Amino acid sequence: MNHLKPINRKAARVEQATEPPPAAGDVVALQRTGIPQQAHFPVGCSLVFSPGWEADRTGGTAGLCQPVERDLFDCHIGCYWPAQVPDQLNHAPDWTAKCAAAQKDWRKIDLIFP
Amino acid sequence: MNAWAAREHHRFEAAGKPFVYLVPSAAIFALDDRADAVLRRLSDRPHTSEELRASFDEDPDLAATLAELARVRAIGEVNAPETPQPKVIPLAPFPLTTMVLNVTNQCNLSCTYCYEYGEDKIVNTENGRQPKFMSEETARQSVEFMLAESGSNRRAHITFFGGETLLNFPVLRKTVAYARQRAAEIGKEVDFSLTTNATLLRPEIIEFIAENDIGVTISIDGPREVQDKFRVFHNGTGSYDIVAPKIRELLQRHTRRPIGARVTLTSGKMDVKRIYRHLTEEIGFWEVGFAPVTTSPDRAHAIAESGYDEMLGQFRELAFEFLEASVANRHHGFSNVKETIEELHKGVSKAFPCGAGLGLLGVATDGDVALCHRFAGSDAHKLGTVRDGIDRDAQRAFLERHHIANKTDCSVCWARPLCSGGCYHEAHTRYGDTVHPNLHYCNWIRGWTDVCLQVYGELSERNPAYLAQFDDEVVPQEKVS
Repeated sequence: MNHLKPINRKAARVEQATEPPPAAGDVVALQRTGIPQQAHFPVGCSLVFSPGWEADRTGGTAGLCQPVERDLFDCHIGCYWPAQVPDQLNHAPDWTAKCAAAQKDWRKIDLIFP
Repeated sequence: MNAWAAREHHRFEAAGKPFVYLVPSAAIFALDDRADAVLRRLSDRPHTSEELRASFDEDPDLAATLAELARVRAIGEVNAPETPQPKVIPLAPFPLTTMVLNVTNQCNLSCTYCYEYGEDKIVNTENGRQPKFMSEETARQSVEFMLAESGSNRRAHITFFGGETLLNFPVLRKTVAYARQRAAEIGKEVDFSLTTNATLLRPEIIEFIAENDIGVTISIDGPREVQDKFRVFHNGTGSYDIVAPKIRELLQRHTRRPIGARVTLTSGKMDVKRIYRHLTEEIGFWEVGFAPVTTSPDRAHAIAESGYDEMLGQFRELAFEFLEASVANRHHGFSNVKETIEELHKGVSKAFPCGAGLGLLGVATDGDVALCHRFAGSDAHKLGTVRDGIDRDAQRAFLERHHIANKTDCSVCWARPLCSGGCYHEAHTRYGDTVHPNLHYCNWIRGWTDVCLQVYGELSERNPAYLAQFDDEVVPQEKVS
Protein backbone atom coordinates (compact mmCIF):
# COMPACT_ATOMS: atom_id res chain seq x y z
CA MET A 1 0.00 0.00 0.00
CA ASN A 2 1.29 3.44 -0.91
CA HIS A 3 -1.21 5.81 0.67
CA LEU A 4 -1.85 4.04 3.94
CA LYS A 5 0.84 2.82 6.29
CA PRO A 6 -0.02 0.19 8.91
CA ILE A 7 0.97 1.42 12.36
CA ASN A 8 -0.27 -1.05 14.94
CA ARG A 9 -0.15 -4.82 14.79
CA LYS A 10 -3.79 -5.16 13.84
CA ALA A 11 -3.22 -2.89 10.84
CA ALA A 12 -0.37 -5.13 9.73
CA ARG A 13 -2.69 -8.12 9.98
CA VAL A 14 -5.41 -6.34 8.03
CA GLU A 15 -2.91 -5.56 5.30
CA GLN A 16 -1.72 -9.16 5.23
CA ALA A 17 -5.23 -10.60 5.20
CA THR A 18 -6.33 -8.41 2.30
CA GLU A 19 -3.22 -8.99 0.20
CA PRO A 20 -4.46 -9.45 -3.36
CA PRO A 21 -3.37 -12.72 -4.99
CA PRO A 22 -0.33 -12.43 -7.24
CA ALA A 23 -1.51 -11.68 -10.77
CA ALA A 24 0.34 -14.44 -12.61
CA GLY A 25 1.12 -16.85 -9.81
CA ASP A 26 0.30 -20.53 -9.63
CA VAL A 27 -3.34 -21.36 -9.12
CA VAL A 28 -3.74 -24.27 -6.78
CA ALA A 29 -6.92 -26.30 -6.40
CA LEU A 30 -9.21 -25.14 -3.57
CA GLN A 31 -6.92 -22.17 -3.08
CA ARG A 32 -8.26 -19.46 -0.85
CA THR A 33 -6.87 -15.99 -0.67
CA GLY A 34 -7.72 -12.80 1.09
CA ILE A 35 -9.76 -12.57 4.25
CA PRO A 36 -10.14 -15.95 5.90
CA GLN A 37 -13.47 -17.49 4.98
CA GLN A 38 -15.88 -19.11 7.34
CA ALA A 39 -14.81 -22.67 7.95
CA HIS A 40 -16.56 -25.10 5.60
CA PHE A 41 -16.66 -28.73 6.58
CA PRO A 42 -17.73 -31.08 3.85
CA VAL A 43 -19.11 -34.09 5.66
CA GLY A 44 -17.65 -37.13 4.06
CA CYS A 45 -15.48 -35.96 1.24
CA SER A 46 -11.97 -37.08 0.59
CA LEU A 47 -10.91 -33.78 2.13
CA VAL A 48 -11.56 -35.13 5.58
CA PHE A 49 -10.62 -38.73 4.88
CA SER A 50 -13.77 -40.40 6.05
CA PRO A 51 -14.00 -44.16 5.42
CA GLY A 52 -14.67 -45.12 1.89
CA TRP A 53 -11.85 -43.15 0.37
CA GLU A 54 -8.10 -43.17 0.78
CA ALA A 55 -7.92 -43.85 4.48
CA ASP A 56 -10.16 -43.50 7.48
CA ARG A 57 -9.79 -40.75 10.05
CA THR A 58 -7.36 -42.77 12.10
CA GLY A 59 -5.24 -43.51 9.06
CA GLY A 60 -6.54 -47.08 8.81
CA THR A 61 -7.53 -48.83 5.61
CA ALA A 62 -9.53 -51.80 6.93
CA GLY A 63 -12.98 -50.33 6.40
CA LEU A 64 -12.36 -48.79 3.04
CA CYS A 65 -14.04 -49.40 -0.25
CA GLN A 66 -17.56 -49.16 1.08
CA PRO A 67 -20.35 -49.48 -1.42
CA VAL A 68 -21.16 -46.55 -3.61
CA GLU A 69 -24.65 -46.31 -2.07
CA ARG A 70 -23.07 -45.00 1.06
CA ASP A 71 -22.13 -41.84 -0.79
CA LEU A 72 -25.78 -41.03 -1.09
CA PHE A 73 -26.00 -40.39 2.62
CA ASP A 74 -22.56 -39.02 3.16
CA CYS A 75 -23.06 -36.48 0.45
CA HIS A 76 -26.64 -35.44 0.98
CA ILE A 77 -25.95 -33.92 4.40
CA GLY A 78 -23.09 -31.65 3.61
CA CYS A 79 -22.46 -31.43 -0.05
CA TYR A 80 -25.43 -32.13 -2.35
CA TRP A 81 -22.98 -33.93 -4.53
CA PRO A 82 -22.89 -36.06 -6.51
CA ALA A 83 -26.50 -36.98 -5.84
CA GLN A 84 -28.97 -34.12 -5.54
CA VAL A 85 -31.31 -35.58 -2.96
CA PRO A 86 -34.78 -34.66 -1.69
CA ASP A 87 -35.37 -31.99 0.88
CA GLN A 88 -35.56 -34.00 4.04
CA LEU A 89 -36.63 -31.11 6.26
CA ASN A 90 -39.87 -30.05 4.59
CA HIS A 91 -40.83 -31.76 1.41
CA ALA A 92 -39.92 -35.40 1.94
CA PRO A 93 -39.04 -36.05 5.55
CA ASP A 94 -39.46 -39.81 5.26
CA TRP A 95 -37.77 -40.55 1.96
CA THR A 96 -35.23 -42.83 3.61
CA ALA A 97 -37.58 -44.32 6.19
CA LYS A 98 -37.44 -47.81 4.71
CA CYS A 99 -33.74 -47.73 4.13
CA ALA A 100 -32.10 -48.84 7.33
CA ALA A 101 -28.74 -49.71 5.81
CA ALA A 102 -27.86 -48.13 2.51
CA GLN A 103 -25.79 -51.04 1.36
CA LYS A 104 -28.64 -53.49 1.80
CA ASP A 105 -31.80 -51.43 1.47
CA TRP A 106 -30.97 -48.81 -1.13
CA ARG A 107 -33.58 -50.17 -3.48
CA LYS A 108 -36.28 -49.25 -0.93
CA ILE A 109 -35.53 -45.55 -1.00
CA ASP A 110 -38.59 -43.70 -2.17
CA LEU A 111 -38.66 -42.03 -5.49
CA ILE A 112 -39.59 -38.43 -5.02
CA PHE A 113 -41.20 -36.31 -7.69
CA PRO A 114 -41.24 -32.57 -7.32
CA MET B 1 -23.02 4.61 -10.55
CA ASN B 2 -22.57 3.66 -6.97
CA ALA B 3 -21.13 6.11 -4.47
CA TRP B 4 -18.42 5.81 -1.86
CA ALA B 5 -19.04 6.50 1.83
CA ALA B 6 -16.77 6.54 4.84
CA ARG B 7 -17.16 3.60 7.16
CA GLU B 8 -16.78 3.67 10.92
CA HIS B 9 -13.50 5.29 11.86
CA HIS B 10 -11.92 7.91 14.08
CA ARG B 11 -9.43 10.31 12.52
CA PHE B 12 -6.75 11.79 14.73
CA GLU B 13 -3.52 13.70 14.34
CA ALA B 14 -0.20 13.01 15.96
CA ALA B 15 3.22 14.50 15.28
CA GLY B 16 1.49 16.75 12.74
CA LYS B 17 0.31 13.81 10.63
CA PRO B 18 -3.13 12.33 10.02
CA PHE B 19 -3.97 8.85 11.28
CA VAL B 20 -7.11 6.75 11.27
CA TYR B 21 -8.42 4.29 13.86
CA LEU B 22 -10.74 1.82 12.16
CA VAL B 23 -13.81 0.35 13.79
CA PRO B 24 -14.39 -2.46 14.54
CA SER B 25 -11.04 -3.86 13.41
CA ALA B 26 -9.07 -1.50 15.71
CA ALA B 27 -6.40 -1.17 13.02
CA ILE B 28 -4.42 2.09 13.01
CA PHE B 29 -3.08 3.45 9.73
CA ALA B 30 -1.08 6.55 8.94
CA LEU B 31 -2.60 8.38 5.96
CA ASP B 32 -0.85 10.34 3.27
CA ASP B 33 -2.33 13.69 2.30
CA ARG B 34 -4.38 12.30 -0.56
CA ALA B 35 -5.91 9.46 1.51
CA ASP B 36 -6.63 11.88 4.32
CA ALA B 37 -8.35 14.34 1.97
CA VAL B 38 -10.48 11.59 0.41
CA LEU B 39 -11.49 10.16 3.76
CA ARG B 40 -12.44 13.59 5.08
CA ARG B 41 -14.44 14.36 1.98
CA LEU B 42 -16.32 11.07 2.32
CA SER B 43 -16.92 11.65 6.02
CA ASP B 44 -18.97 14.73 5.13
CA ARG B 45 -21.22 12.84 2.75
CA PRO B 46 -21.05 10.05 0.17
CA HIS B 47 -19.53 10.93 -3.20
CA THR B 48 -19.65 9.16 -6.55
CA SER B 49 -16.37 8.38 -8.27
CA GLU B 50 -17.13 11.12 -10.82
CA GLU B 51 -17.64 13.69 -8.08
CA LEU B 52 -14.40 12.64 -6.46
CA ARG B 53 -12.50 12.75 -9.75
CA ALA B 54 -13.82 16.23 -10.41
CA SER B 55 -12.95 17.54 -6.98
CA PHE B 56 -9.48 16.02 -7.01
CA ASP B 57 -8.58 17.44 -10.43
CA GLU B 58 -8.50 14.13 -12.24
CA ASP B 59 -5.70 12.97 -9.94
CA PRO B 60 -4.31 9.79 -11.53
CA ASP B 61 -3.65 8.38 -8.07
CA LEU B 62 -7.23 8.73 -6.89
CA ALA B 63 -8.31 5.24 -7.95
CA ALA B 64 -5.41 3.63 -6.11
CA THR B 65 -6.15 5.68 -2.99
CA LEU B 66 -9.81 4.66 -3.06
CA ALA B 67 -8.84 1.04 -3.56
CA GLU B 68 -6.54 1.09 -0.55
CA LEU B 69 -9.08 2.81 1.69
CA ALA B 70 -11.71 0.31 0.58
CA ARG B 71 -9.33 -2.58 1.06
CA VAL B 72 -8.91 -1.81 4.79
CA ARG B 73 -12.64 -0.94 5.04
CA ALA B 74 -12.13 2.70 5.88
CA ILE B 75 -14.60 3.40 3.08
CA GLY B 76 -17.15 1.29 1.25
CA GLU B 77 -19.72 1.49 -1.48
CA VAL B 78 -22.92 3.05 -0.27
CA ASN B 79 -25.20 0.20 -1.22
CA ALA B 80 -22.81 -2.59 -0.37
CA PRO B 81 -24.47 -5.06 1.97
CA GLU B 82 -23.38 -4.69 5.58
CA THR B 83 -21.13 -7.46 6.81
CA PRO B 84 -22.73 -8.42 10.09
CA GLN B 85 -20.36 -8.67 13.03
CA PRO B 86 -20.25 -12.26 14.15
CA LYS B 87 -21.42 -12.81 17.71
CA VAL B 88 -18.90 -15.37 18.84
CA ILE B 89 -19.22 -16.66 22.38
CA PRO B 90 -15.97 -18.18 23.62
CA LEU B 91 -16.06 -21.95 23.87
CA ALA B 92 -16.29 -23.48 27.32
CA PRO B 93 -14.32 -24.46 29.29
CA PHE B 94 -12.53 -21.14 29.00
CA PRO B 95 -9.37 -21.34 31.10
CA LEU B 96 -9.35 -19.29 34.28
CA THR B 97 -6.31 -17.03 34.44
CA THR B 98 -7.09 -14.93 37.51
CA MET B 99 -8.98 -15.84 40.64
CA VAL B 100 -9.73 -13.01 43.04
CA LEU B 101 -10.10 -14.36 46.53
CA ASN B 102 -12.10 -12.17 48.90
CA VAL B 103 -10.45 -13.50 52.06
CA THR B 104 -12.61 -11.22 54.17
CA ASN B 105 -15.46 -8.80 53.67
CA GLN B 106 -14.52 -6.83 56.76
CA CYS B 107 -12.58 -3.59 56.70
CA ASN B 108 -10.89 -1.44 59.30
CA LEU B 109 -11.51 1.70 57.26
CA SER B 110 -14.84 3.31 56.48
CA CYS B 111 -14.21 5.00 53.16
CA THR B 112 -17.34 6.94 52.41
CA TYR B 113 -17.42 5.93 48.75
CA CYS B 114 -16.75 2.22 49.25
CA TYR B 115 -18.69 0.00 46.86
CA GLU B 116 -18.57 -2.85 49.31
CA TYR B 117 -19.73 -1.03 52.44
CA GLY B 118 -21.06 2.31 51.29
CA GLU B 119 -24.56 3.18 50.28
CA ASP B 120 -24.26 1.43 46.91
CA LYS B 121 -23.26 -1.97 48.23
CA ILE B 122 -24.68 -5.07 46.55
CA VAL B 123 -24.15 -7.62 49.29
CA ASN B 124 -25.03 -7.25 52.95
CA THR B 125 -21.48 -7.49 54.20
CA GLU B 126 -22.43 -6.57 57.76
CA ASN B 127 -25.20 -9.01 58.57
CA GLY B 128 -25.43 -11.22 55.50
CA ARG B 129 -25.07 -15.00 55.36
CA GLN B 130 -21.45 -14.82 54.22
CA PRO B 131 -18.88 -15.48 56.91
CA LYS B 132 -16.83 -12.40 57.70
CA PHE B 133 -13.60 -14.26 57.08
CA MET B 134 -12.79 -16.97 54.57
CA SER B 135 -11.86 -20.22 56.29
CA GLU B 136 -8.65 -22.03 55.55
CA GLU B 137 -10.68 -24.89 54.13
CA THR B 138 -12.58 -22.68 51.68
CA ALA B 139 -9.30 -21.07 50.64
CA ARG B 140 -7.81 -24.51 49.95
CA GLN B 141 -10.89 -25.52 47.97
CA SER B 142 -10.51 -22.30 46.01
CA VAL B 143 -6.94 -23.18 45.16
CA GLU B 144 -8.05 -26.60 43.89
CA PHE B 145 -10.81 -24.90 41.91
CA MET B 146 -8.32 -22.45 40.39
CA LEU B 147 -5.86 -25.17 39.41
CA ALA B 148 -8.62 -27.30 37.90
CA GLU B 149 -10.22 -24.44 35.98
CA SER B 150 -6.92 -23.08 34.68
CA GLY B 151 -7.06 -25.83 32.08
CA SER B 152 -3.92 -26.19 30.04
CA ASN B 153 -2.46 -22.88 31.24
CA ARG B 154 0.85 -23.41 32.94
CA ARG B 155 0.50 -20.33 35.07
CA ALA B 156 -2.36 -19.41 37.36
CA HIS B 157 -2.81 -16.13 39.17
CA ILE B 158 -4.40 -15.56 42.56
CA THR B 159 -5.24 -12.09 43.83
CA PHE B 160 -6.10 -11.66 47.48
CA PHE B 161 -8.75 -9.06 48.07
CA GLY B 162 -11.15 -7.84 50.73
CA GLY B 163 -12.56 -5.99 52.64
CA GLU B 164 -9.16 -5.27 53.96
CA THR B 165 -7.17 -8.23 52.75
CA LEU B 166 -4.63 -8.22 55.56
CA LEU B 167 -7.32 -8.62 58.23
CA ASN B 168 -7.19 -12.27 57.25
CA PHE B 169 -3.43 -12.55 56.96
CA PRO B 170 -3.31 -15.98 58.73
CA VAL B 171 -5.38 -17.59 55.97
CA LEU B 172 -3.57 -15.63 53.24
CA ARG B 173 -0.21 -16.90 54.48
CA LYS B 174 -1.35 -20.53 54.57
CA THR B 175 -3.05 -20.26 51.20
CA VAL B 176 0.14 -19.05 49.52
CA ALA B 177 2.05 -22.03 50.88
CA TYR B 178 -0.71 -24.48 49.98
CA ALA B 179 -1.12 -23.12 46.44
CA ARG B 180 2.64 -23.25 45.82
CA GLN B 181 2.80 -26.85 46.93
CA ARG B 182 -0.25 -28.02 45.00
CA ALA B 183 0.82 -26.22 41.84
CA ALA B 184 4.28 -27.76 42.03
CA GLU B 185 2.74 -31.21 42.38
CA ILE B 186 0.90 -30.88 39.10
CA GLY B 187 3.61 -28.97 37.25
CA LYS B 188 2.06 -25.50 37.31
CA GLU B 189 3.10 -22.14 38.67
CA VAL B 190 1.05 -19.76 40.74
CA ASP B 191 1.59 -16.05 40.85
CA PHE B 192 0.21 -13.98 43.73
CA SER B 193 -0.85 -10.43 44.25
CA LEU B 194 -2.89 -8.55 46.82
CA THR B 195 -4.67 -5.27 47.28
CA THR B 196 -4.50 -3.52 50.63
CA ASN B 197 -5.14 -0.18 52.28
CA ALA B 198 -1.71 -0.48 53.92
CA THR B 199 -2.96 0.17 57.46
CA LEU B 200 -1.93 -3.29 58.63
CA LEU B 201 1.50 -3.58 57.02
CA ARG B 202 3.61 -4.81 59.92
CA PRO B 203 7.29 -5.70 59.49
CA GLU B 204 6.59 -9.45 59.48
CA ILE B 205 3.85 -9.05 56.89
CA ILE B 206 6.13 -6.94 54.71
CA GLU B 207 8.80 -9.60 55.07
CA PHE B 208 6.34 -12.31 54.04
CA ILE B 209 5.16 -10.33 51.02
CA ALA B 210 8.71 -9.66 49.86
CA GLU B 211 9.91 -13.22 50.45
CA ASN B 212 7.00 -14.66 48.55
CA ASP B 213 7.30 -12.21 45.69
CA ILE B 214 3.70 -11.10 46.02
CA GLY B 215 2.60 -8.23 43.79
CA VAL B 216 1.05 -5.38 45.75
CA THR B 217 -1.50 -2.73 44.84
CA ILE B 218 -2.19 -0.13 47.48
CA SER B 219 -5.44 1.79 47.61
CA ILE B 220 -4.47 5.34 48.43
CA ASP B 221 -5.93 8.60 47.22
CA GLY B 222 -2.99 10.99 47.47
CA PRO B 223 -1.51 13.50 49.88
CA ARG B 224 -2.85 13.85 53.42
CA GLU B 225 -5.76 16.21 52.85
CA VAL B 226 -6.94 14.18 49.85
CA GLN B 227 -6.50 10.78 51.48
CA ASP B 228 -8.15 11.85 54.72
CA LYS B 229 -11.23 13.21 53.04
CA PHE B 230 -12.78 9.79 52.40
CA ARG B 231 -10.29 7.14 53.51
CA VAL B 232 -11.05 7.28 57.20
CA PHE B 233 -11.21 4.91 60.15
CA HIS B 234 -14.54 4.06 61.75
CA ASN B 235 -14.18 6.98 64.17
CA GLY B 236 -13.65 9.38 61.29
CA THR B 237 -9.93 10.02 61.65
CA GLY B 238 -7.92 10.06 58.47
CA SER B 239 -5.57 7.20 57.57
CA TYR B 240 -2.75 9.10 55.86
CA ASP B 241 -0.42 9.35 58.83
CA ILE B 242 -0.82 5.65 59.56
CA VAL B 243 -0.29 4.39 56.01
CA ALA B 244 2.44 6.66 54.62
CA PRO B 245 5.32 5.37 56.78
CA LYS B 246 4.19 1.76 56.32
CA ILE B 247 4.09 2.15 52.55
CA ARG B 248 7.59 3.63 52.53
CA GLU B 249 8.78 0.65 54.55
CA LEU B 250 7.19 -1.77 52.07
CA LEU B 251 8.65 0.06 49.07
CA GLN B 252 12.09 -0.09 50.62
CA ARG B 253 11.98 -3.81 51.41
CA HIS B 254 9.95 -5.19 48.48
CA THR B 255 11.85 -4.17 45.37
CA ARG B 256 11.46 -7.17 43.11
CA ARG B 257 8.02 -6.28 41.84
CA PRO B 258 6.69 -2.87 40.85
CA ILE B 259 4.27 -1.62 43.48
CA GLY B 260 1.34 0.38 42.25
CA ALA B 261 -0.98 2.88 43.83
CA ARG B 262 -4.65 2.77 42.97
CA VAL B 263 -6.43 6.07 43.32
CA THR B 264 -10.19 6.57 43.48
CA LEU B 265 -11.17 9.92 42.02
CA THR B 266 -14.24 11.62 43.43
CA SER B 267 -16.02 14.91 42.88
CA GLY B 268 -14.03 16.65 45.58
CA LYS B 269 -10.50 15.68 44.64
CA MET B 270 -9.50 15.99 41.06
CA ASP B 271 -5.96 17.25 41.29
CA VAL B 272 -4.64 14.34 39.25
CA LYS B 273 -1.17 15.75 38.61
CA ARG B 274 -0.58 16.69 42.19
CA ILE B 275 -1.76 13.28 43.43
CA TYR B 276 0.50 11.63 40.86
CA ARG B 277 3.53 13.68 41.91
CA HIS B 278 2.96 12.99 45.57
CA LEU B 279 2.55 9.25 45.14
CA THR B 280 5.50 8.78 42.78
CA GLU B 281 8.04 11.39 43.79
CA GLU B 282 7.28 11.85 47.47
CA ILE B 283 6.14 8.34 48.43
CA GLY B 284 8.00 6.36 45.78
CA PHE B 285 5.35 4.29 43.96
CA TRP B 286 6.46 2.81 40.64
CA GLU B 287 3.13 3.43 39.04
CA VAL B 288 -0.21 5.08 39.76
CA GLY B 289 -3.57 4.13 38.31
CA PHE B 290 -6.62 6.34 38.60
CA ALA B 291 -10.25 5.30 38.50
CA PRO B 292 -13.33 7.45 38.90
CA VAL B 293 -15.45 6.35 41.85
CA THR B 294 -18.23 3.85 41.15
CA THR B 295 -21.41 5.25 42.61
CA SER B 296 -24.99 6.27 42.04
CA PRO B 297 -25.16 9.72 40.48
CA ASP B 298 -26.88 11.34 43.45
CA ARG B 299 -24.10 10.80 45.98
CA ALA B 300 -22.06 13.78 47.08
CA HIS B 301 -18.81 12.15 45.90
CA ALA B 302 -20.21 11.22 42.48
CA ILE B 303 -18.41 12.83 39.57
CA ALA B 304 -20.71 15.06 37.56
CA GLU B 305 -20.55 15.62 33.80
CA SER B 306 -18.28 18.67 34.21
CA GLY B 307 -16.07 16.66 36.57
CA TYR B 308 -15.36 14.17 33.79
CA ASP B 309 -14.26 17.04 31.54
CA GLU B 310 -11.93 18.32 34.23
CA MET B 311 -10.57 14.83 34.80
CA LEU B 312 -9.98 14.40 31.06
CA GLY B 313 -8.02 17.66 30.92
CA GLN B 314 -5.75 16.51 33.72
CA PHE B 315 -5.37 13.02 32.33
CA ARG B 316 -4.38 14.58 29.02
CA GLU B 317 -1.61 16.63 30.61
CA LEU B 318 -0.28 13.61 32.46
CA ALA B 319 -0.55 11.47 29.30
CA PHE B 320 1.59 13.91 27.34
CA GLU B 321 4.09 13.91 30.17
CA PHE B 322 4.12 10.12 29.82
CA LEU B 323 4.71 10.58 26.08
CA GLU B 324 7.76 12.82 26.53
CA ALA B 325 9.23 10.44 29.11
CA SER B 326 8.66 7.45 26.84
CA VAL B 327 10.18 9.21 23.82
CA ALA B 328 13.28 9.74 25.95
CA ASN B 329 13.12 6.11 27.17
CA ARG B 330 12.48 7.22 30.74
CA HIS B 331 9.99 5.44 32.97
CA HIS B 332 6.72 7.18 33.70
CA GLY B 333 4.27 5.64 36.12
CA PHE B 334 0.90 6.80 34.77
CA SER B 335 -0.44 3.30 34.35
CA ASN B 336 -3.80 4.21 32.80
CA VAL B 337 -2.15 5.46 29.62
CA LYS B 338 0.30 2.58 29.38
CA GLU B 339 -2.46 -0.02 29.55
CA THR B 340 -4.45 1.69 26.82
CA ILE B 341 -1.37 2.13 24.63
CA GLU B 342 -0.74 -1.59 24.88
CA GLU B 343 -4.29 -2.38 23.81
CA LEU B 344 -4.05 0.08 20.93
CA HIS B 345 -0.77 -1.42 19.79
CA LYS B 346 -2.21 -4.91 19.72
CA GLY B 347 -5.40 -3.73 18.07
CA VAL B 348 -7.65 -5.17 20.74
CA SER B 349 -11.31 -5.22 19.72
CA LYS B 350 -13.34 -6.47 22.63
CA ALA B 351 -16.53 -8.49 22.62
CA PHE B 352 -16.71 -8.01 26.40
CA PRO B 353 -15.47 -5.05 28.44
CA CYS B 354 -13.26 -7.14 30.72
CA GLY B 355 -12.40 -10.69 31.66
CA ALA B 356 -15.02 -10.96 34.41
CA GLY B 357 -16.94 -14.21 34.13
CA LEU B 358 -14.47 -15.43 31.54
CA GLY B 359 -10.78 -15.54 32.52
CA LEU B 360 -11.37 -13.79 35.82
CA LEU B 361 -13.68 -14.84 38.62
CA GLY B 362 -14.23 -13.60 42.15
CA VAL B 363 -14.66 -15.91 45.13
CA ALA B 364 -16.70 -14.85 48.18
CA THR B 365 -15.75 -15.77 51.75
CA ASP B 366 -18.09 -18.78 51.66
CA GLY B 367 -16.68 -20.11 48.38
CA ASP B 368 -19.39 -18.81 46.06
CA VAL B 369 -17.97 -17.92 42.67
CA ALA B 370 -19.10 -14.63 41.12
CA LEU B 371 -18.43 -12.58 38.01
CA CYS B 372 -15.63 -10.70 39.76
CA HIS B 373 -14.59 -9.60 43.23
CA ARG B 374 -17.00 -6.69 43.12
CA PHE B 375 -19.93 -9.09 42.88
CA ALA B 376 -18.56 -11.71 45.27
CA GLY B 377 -21.36 -12.97 47.49
CA SER B 378 -24.16 -11.70 45.27
CA ASP B 379 -26.62 -14.47 44.43
CA ALA B 380 -27.78 -12.66 41.32
CA HIS B 381 -24.25 -12.73 39.90
CA LYS B 382 -23.22 -16.17 41.04
CA LEU B 383 -21.47 -18.48 38.59
CA GLY B 384 -21.00 -21.56 40.74
CA THR B 385 -19.02 -22.45 43.82
CA VAL B 386 -15.43 -23.50 44.34
CA ARG B 387 -16.72 -26.90 45.46
CA ASP B 388 -19.02 -27.62 42.52
CA GLY B 389 -17.08 -25.73 39.86
CA ILE B 390 -18.27 -23.16 37.36
CA ASP B 391 -21.96 -23.22 36.47
CA ARG B 392 -21.47 -23.45 32.71
CA ASP B 393 -25.09 -22.70 31.88
CA ALA B 394 -25.04 -19.53 33.96
CA GLN B 395 -21.70 -18.53 32.46
CA ARG B 396 -22.92 -19.13 28.92
CA ALA B 397 -26.13 -17.19 29.60
CA PHE B 398 -24.09 -14.32 31.01
CA LEU B 399 -21.78 -14.19 28.00
CA GLU B 400 -24.68 -14.44 25.55
CA ARG B 401 -26.42 -11.53 27.22
CA HIS B 402 -23.42 -9.24 27.64
CA HIS B 403 -21.83 -9.56 24.21
CA ILE B 404 -21.12 -6.21 22.53
CA ALA B 405 -23.47 -7.26 19.71
CA ASN B 406 -26.36 -6.81 22.18
CA LYS B 407 -25.40 -3.27 23.16
CA THR B 408 -27.29 -1.17 20.66
CA ASP B 409 -26.07 2.10 22.16
CA CYS B 410 -22.48 1.05 21.52
CA SER B 411 -23.06 0.06 17.90
CA VAL B 412 -22.53 3.61 16.67
CA CYS B 413 -19.56 4.47 18.90
CA TRP B 414 -16.04 4.45 17.50
CA ALA B 415 -14.53 3.72 20.92
CA ARG B 416 -16.33 0.41 21.37
CA PRO B 417 -13.36 -1.83 20.42
CA LEU B 418 -11.70 -0.74 23.68
CA CYS B 419 -14.64 0.14 25.92
CA SER B 420 -17.22 -2.46 24.95
CA GLY B 421 -19.78 -0.79 27.21
CA GLY B 422 -17.62 -0.45 30.30
CA CYS B 423 -17.54 -1.97 33.77
CA TYR B 424 -20.39 -4.36 34.70
CA HIS B 425 -20.26 -3.21 38.29
CA GLU B 426 -20.38 0.46 37.36
CA ALA B 427 -23.41 -0.32 35.17
CA HIS B 428 -25.08 -2.26 37.95
CA THR B 429 -24.58 0.60 40.38
CA ARG B 430 -25.72 3.28 37.96
CA TYR B 431 -28.49 1.54 36.07
CA GLY B 432 -29.30 -1.54 38.11
CA ASP B 433 -28.25 -3.85 35.29
CA THR B 434 -24.83 -5.22 34.38
CA VAL B 435 -25.70 -5.28 30.67
CA HIS B 436 -26.44 -1.54 30.47
CA PRO B 437 -23.73 0.45 28.66
CA ASN B 438 -22.21 3.09 30.94
CA LEU B 439 -23.66 6.01 29.03
CA HIS B 440 -22.74 8.55 31.72
CA TYR B 441 -19.07 8.37 30.79
CA CYS B 442 -19.19 7.88 26.99
CA ASN B 443 -17.76 11.33 26.29
CA TRP B 444 -15.01 10.75 28.78
CA ILE B 445 -14.13 7.35 27.24
CA ARG B 446 -14.04 8.79 23.72
CA GLY B 447 -11.99 11.77 24.92
CA TRP B 448 -9.54 9.55 26.75
CA THR B 449 -9.25 7.09 23.86
CA ASP B 450 -8.53 10.02 21.55
CA VAL B 451 -5.76 11.24 23.89
CA CYS B 452 -4.24 7.77 23.99
CA LEU B 453 -4.42 7.50 20.20
CA GLN B 454 -2.50 10.76 19.91
CA VAL B 455 0.12 9.53 22.36
CA TYR B 456 0.31 6.25 20.45
CA GLY B 457 0.65 8.01 17.09
CA GLU B 458 3.40 10.26 18.44
CA LEU B 459 5.25 7.27 19.88
CA SER B 460 5.01 5.43 16.57
CA GLU B 461 6.68 8.42 14.89
CA ARG B 462 9.18 9.47 17.52
CA ASN B 463 10.17 6.27 19.31
CA PRO B 464 8.75 3.18 17.61
CA ALA B 465 11.22 1.01 19.54
CA TYR B 466 9.30 1.84 22.71
CA LEU B 467 6.24 0.03 21.33
CA ALA B 468 8.17 -3.19 20.72
CA GLN B 469 7.80 -4.05 24.42
CA PHE B 470 4.12 -4.73 23.75
CA ASP B 471 4.85 -7.28 21.02
CA ASP B 472 5.24 -9.90 23.71
CA GLU B 473 2.45 -12.42 23.43
CA VAL B 474 2.05 -12.77 27.19
CA VAL B 475 -1.45 -11.76 28.16
CA PRO B 476 -1.26 -8.87 30.62
CA GLN B 477 -2.74 -9.42 34.02
CA GLU B 478 -6.31 -8.27 34.40
CA LYS B 479 -6.39 -5.20 36.67
CA VAL B 480 -8.29 -5.67 39.88
CA SER B 481 -9.67 -2.55 41.49
